Amino acid sequence: MSRNLKIGIGVGVLAVVAITLVLVITNLSAIATWIGFDSAGNLNGREGAIGMLLSPESRVQNLIQCEDDAGCSAIWPIIFAAGFALVIVTGFAYTTLLERRLLAFLQHRVGPNRVGPGGFLQPAADGVKLVFKEDLMPAGADKWVYRLAPMIKVIPVLLVAAVIPMGPDLVLPWFAPSLGDVWYQVPQGLVDSNVGILWVIAITSIATYGVVLAGWSSDNKYAMLGALRASAQMISYELSMGLTLAVPVMIVGSMAFGDIIDAQRNIWDWLVFQNPLAAAILMLALLAEVSRAPFDLTEAEQELTQGYMTEYSGMKFALFMMAEYIGMIVVSMVAIAAFFGGYHLFPVDGMPILAPVIFLGKVILFLCGMIWVRATLPRIRYDRLMQFGWKVMIPLSLLSVAWTAISIVVGDALGGGAYPIISGVVFVVVLAVGAIALNRLGSEDASEESIPMEDDPMYTGERRGVGWALVHLVGMIVAIPIALINFNVKALDGLASFGRTPEEDRALESGETAITTTTGGD
Amino acid sequence: MNVIKGFATTFKHLLEEPVTIQYPEQVQKFNERYKGRHHLRRYENGLEKCIGCSLCAAACPADAIWVEAAENTDEERYSPGERYAKTYEINMLRCIFCGYCEDACPTQAIQLGHEHQLSFTDRRDSIYTKDMLIDPPAEGKAGTPRQVEPGVYTRSIPQMEDPS
Repeated sequence: MSRNLKIGIGVGVLAVVAITLVLVITNLSAIATWIGFDSAGNLNGREGAIGMLLSPESRVQNLIQCEDDAGCSAIWPIIFAAGFALVIVTGFAYTTLLERRLLAFLQHRVGPNRVGPGGFLQPAADGVKLVFKEDLMPAGADKWVYRLAPMIKVIPVLLVAAVIPMGPDLVLPWFAPSLGDVWYQVPQGLVDSNVGILWVIAITSIATYGVVLAGWSSDNKYAMLGALRASAQMISYELSMGLTLAVPVMIVGSMAFGDIIDAQRNIWDWLVFQNPLAAAILMLALLAEVSRAPFDLTEAEQELTQGYMTEYSGMKFALFMMAEYIGMIVVSMVAIAAFFGGYHLFPVDGMPILAPVIFLGKVILFLCGMIWVRATLPRIRYDRLMQFGWKVMIPLSLLSVAWTAISIVVGDALGGGAYPIISGVVFVVVLAVGAIALNRLGSEDASEESIPMEDDPMYTGERRGVGWALVHLVGMIVAIPIALINFNVKALDGLASFGRTPEEDRALESGETAITTTTGGD
Repeated sequence: MNVIKGFATTFKHLLEEPVTIQYPEQVQKFNERYKGRHHLRRYENGLEKCIGCSLCAAACPADAIWVEAAENTDEERYSPGERYAKTYEINMLRCIFCGYCEDACPTQAIQLGHEHQLSFTDRRDSIYTKDMLIDPPAEGKAGTPRQVEPGVYTRSIPQMEDPS
């Protein structure tokens, strides 16, 4: 910067500071009243700004619930949605920066630190670069699907955030012409739907469409394979996600996120302490849901170039990246709301303005955890990923649901203190079994027990064993109606051919003549 | 479990100082034999060592050196001996910094130094001419060309002592 520019900026800053000081000193009494000092100099706070921070709804006279007022209930969701979307998109941009910096520090290096202080403007530089990149479309691509696919991936992950409240109701002042000075009590969420958990599970499934359509429309067989892999992964981990999200529903008795969060006011009420297995499985399932390391084989550069995103460039690619990072943020929000207390650290009903801050802090902690996992764990191979999802995660999530169900039922039956005791007993049992199983897996005996290929019944085709018997039993049961139908059809055929001569039978079979009523047999 | 050890390892990296060198504020230290930009050296009396024999151009695997020789006279002497390099150009885009020219030179005239910040914006600027490559004369000493006593500087390749 030139010397004159520095002098100019310095003078400008000094002027602003001087003017502010003058204004403050000349209006000191008005400012004091606004803060909440009364004439005796005590911070009484009842009508001052500080007072408004604490339990505001008890201190105002004209309080209108937003949902009761026609104007507010129409305008507030739009304002909130616009502001929230802006916050999330900015959060996405700075999540990329957080990831690059934190990943670098965890890898003993420094991330981007040149663009702006500490790399602060790196996301802006990335955004500008992506906007100016050439927007390619492969010649054989399905044009409209190609354009739509990134949007189909991004919009559902944004929608999931709609049902998660950021805090208890805020009280905002407004001047309504007909009513004078009024205060509106507005919710800090878009819609605290009473089927919030179901909404989450349903909407995340739609994002899978975006992935498959992207791979399909790219006219690239590797992109298609990557898309199929990604969608199969997302689907198989959705089951564990759904099952473990059923645990807070069971404990709290409601599917609304607002109720689930309100049931975790104090730290000791957090649901993670009541069922840590479900919390752990939920976090793993959500990692797999957003294709995040160590489950990110589908977008690993070494495997499939970029998987389903291979043929995308410029802004469409940026949209895919946006979907991934916003997915990370939103999925952390879901996990925090379900198990880790939501926006409560201590009960924040009295200070609704603090709740989003606490929520943001927890989300950042979760994001740091995800980045830490990415820095540490190697990628899981795809077939192992699928095996893990179906053979380990689903039985364990069933186990966690059973844990909670048993604890609740026994607790209800026996009264007060039985629920924590039963929960604790199951916890100890699960820990013990888990430790024993992991020890056996880690030791060398386990690898010697694997059957060599020559003896594997899948290969030899020998017919014995529990599995074989079960499969055949189930097959027999399923075959009963089919066999009955076949038997009936054959019997009716036999009856129909009762009066026909063999020549007519043969003619019918070869299809030369149509079936005619027989006149023979007189 | 091993996973916990893994997390502890990455966490330790967070607490240690990164190994990154913040270029251009910090520049990495080079070994003595680092092959950077070429220098055309001079003797201590100020005459150039380069005699224009173009052995370096012959040795260069990338064909990056162009040498044109001209005759020395005692009135206008650049280097001891009969010849000097009238034109000496190295194309830095072709040069692979292998050091064969340094090995081939009979008078140890061309040597690779430590300068590595050699960027340019036009392809034509990649041709480094003799005045960009020649070492400046030592302080207080005369440069070249200069007039010398006739008959003194007749050997182009200096008398080298047997190092053993």
